[in-house]
Amino acid sequence: MLNIILGAVSLGLIWAIMTIGVYITYRILGIADLTVEGTLAMGAAIAANSISNGTNPYLATLLALLGGLAAGLATGLLHTKLRIPALLSGILTMIALYSINLRIMGRANISLLNRKTVYTPFQNIFEKYNLSTVIYPVIAVGLITVMIIVCFLYWFFGTEIGCAIRATGNNPNMVRAQGINTNTMVIVGLVFSNGLVAISGSLYAQSQNFADIQMGQGSIVIGLASVIIGEVLFGKRNFFSRLIALVLGAITYRIIIALVLMMGMPANDLKLFTALTVAIALALPMFGEYLNTIKNSFRRRNNA
Amino acid sequence: MLEVKNLKKIFNAGTINEKVALDDVSLTLSEGDFVTLIGGNGAGKSTLLNCIAGVHMVDEGQILIDGKDVTRIPEHKRAAYLGRVFQDPMMGTAANMGIEENLALSYRRGKNRTLKWGISNKERDVYKELLSTLDLGLENRLSDKVGLLSGGQRQALTLLMATLIKPKLLLLDEHTAALDPKTAEKVLKLTDKIVEEGKLTTLMVTHNMRDAINHGNRLIMMSNGKIILDITGEEKRNLTVESLLERFGKVSGEEFANDRALLS
Ligand SMILES: Nc1ncnc2c1ncn2[C@@H]1O[C@H](COP(=O)(O)OP(=O)(O)OP(=O)(O)O)[C@@H](O)[C@H]1O
Ligand SMILES: [Mg+2]
Repeated sequence: MLNIILGAVSLGLIWAIMTIGVYITYRILGIADLTVEGTLAMGAAIAANSISNGTNPYLATLLALLGGLAAGLATGLLHTKLRIPALLSGILTMIALYSINLRIMGRANISLLNRKTVYTPFQNIFEKYNLSTVIYPVIAVGLITVMIIVCFLYWFFGTEIGCAIRATGNNPNMVRAQGINTNTMVIVGLVFSNGLVAISGSLYAQSQNFADIQMGQGSIVIGLASVIIGEVLFGKRNFFSRLIALVLGAITYRIIIALVLMMGMPANDLKLFTALTVAIALALPMFGEYLNTIKNSFRRRNNA
Repeated sequence: MLEVKNLKKIFNAGTINEKVALDDVSLTLSEGDFVTLIGGNGAGKSTLLNCIAGVHMVDEGQILIDGKDVTRIPEHKRAAYLGRVFQDPMMGTAANMGIEENLALSYRRGKNRTLKWGISNKERDVYKELLSTLDLGLENRLSDKVGLLSGGQRQALTLLMATLIKPKLLLLDEHTAALDPKTAEKVLKLTDKIVEEGKLTTLMVTHNMRDAINHGNRLIMMSNGKIILDITGEEKRNLTVESLLERFGKVSGEEFANDRALLS
């Protein structure tokens, strides 16, 4: 049981990175960016391909990051320069990435068994203490990466450019009136978001010891589920606590999944389960309104 | 300060919805002019301001601000010269951000955004002092979200933001129209004060004849995308609602009845 939870925590930490990426587009910019489905797989593809070619795994993750940044740039340019709606721009890049990822990998999947990964140095450490070399190294790397990213974003969104990006998602008219190029801000947001998602994909592939062309499928929904769980359960007071809430949300999502699987839900139903969860969570505000109108109409009837 | 030459703006050109919103509009504002702009619904007032601000690109004509041709310059670059307040109190501020964050955004109007901290402690003192001149108690709520403010408070804040960096031209598009009469009065007073203290060149759209007469040193009336009246100096000072209506009746016979109702 403890191992199942810890395994969920390790996965959650890796997916927290992608969750933060989804948060940047979905909440800060107000864009549902589907690029991430392709970007996650690209992060995995780039890392797996370079590692199996003998590249240092940390360098491979850096390359994955660069790939993610480029994917975000592509979507950003489609959206702002060619004026294609954001949702469609994301879908276009996502579709294009499917072919690109196949080219990067040369085939549909790559095994990383017995390769050195970012976790290897940590595995050696935990081995000495007779601890699980599957779970703890992933938790360690995940924790360090998440901490660096949270600190970086906390700083970044406090800078002049960061403030401008936040305001752009809020009221682009006002932002232009303050002399800021909103197109540039949208592009920067998409670039950062997809960079994070690619890092997540790279770490995920290395933790699973393989990369697969299908890896990103459904990831946007997982990201959204984690964002919503984080916001609902762990609040959103200031920006720092929001970022932490996202991480906790991603971990909680993984724990929930682990638990329903343990309770006997077939793994094939996972995506259906996640989609329903997100649909219900997104509809919650509407149900609230609906309840209120019903309540009010009762009250009126009683008063009459 | 502002030179607008033969502006033409056509919406939905070539379709059945074609609308000539600006029809050969020319206008020159001297430094320190405070011009009120009046006209019925659809006269083209907002379109003129939006064309000056670069929200819309014009189809013909030229716009010069302080001698610089800005006709083809995009909106966010033109913003360096302009302060703007809109009719909708939601338009001028970012609701999910704090009062101080909004002010900080406009404090950097016309400058490149860098990776420097988005707001400094020194600025906070400046903002506190400026906000206290509004007399709305906002100086103690620096980090409150703007979304929590009333419409009047938001317009006062937007006015402050628009003039935080002295603009070469202040554009006000019915910035009191969405407020209740008392609040509108207050915001107008504040407008007068800010314009006077900063000697700002100002173009203010209003639907209210009395306001148009009582404020500024020059009054312009638009109808059907054209400037039909331009009253300044002694004549403007002696203007009354009756005399304005009379003059308006002379220049445009048929729309008179229609616009008279809208303007009073
Ligand atoms: N973005 C647009 N697309 C199409 N038509 C437009 C657009 N903006 C304005 N118009 C049209 O141009 C004309 C002038 O509109 P404008 O908003 O400038 O009028 P206005 O003088 O500001 O009126 P109001 O007093 O109602 O604000 C109107 O007929 C309007 O329907
Ligand atoms: Mg208007």
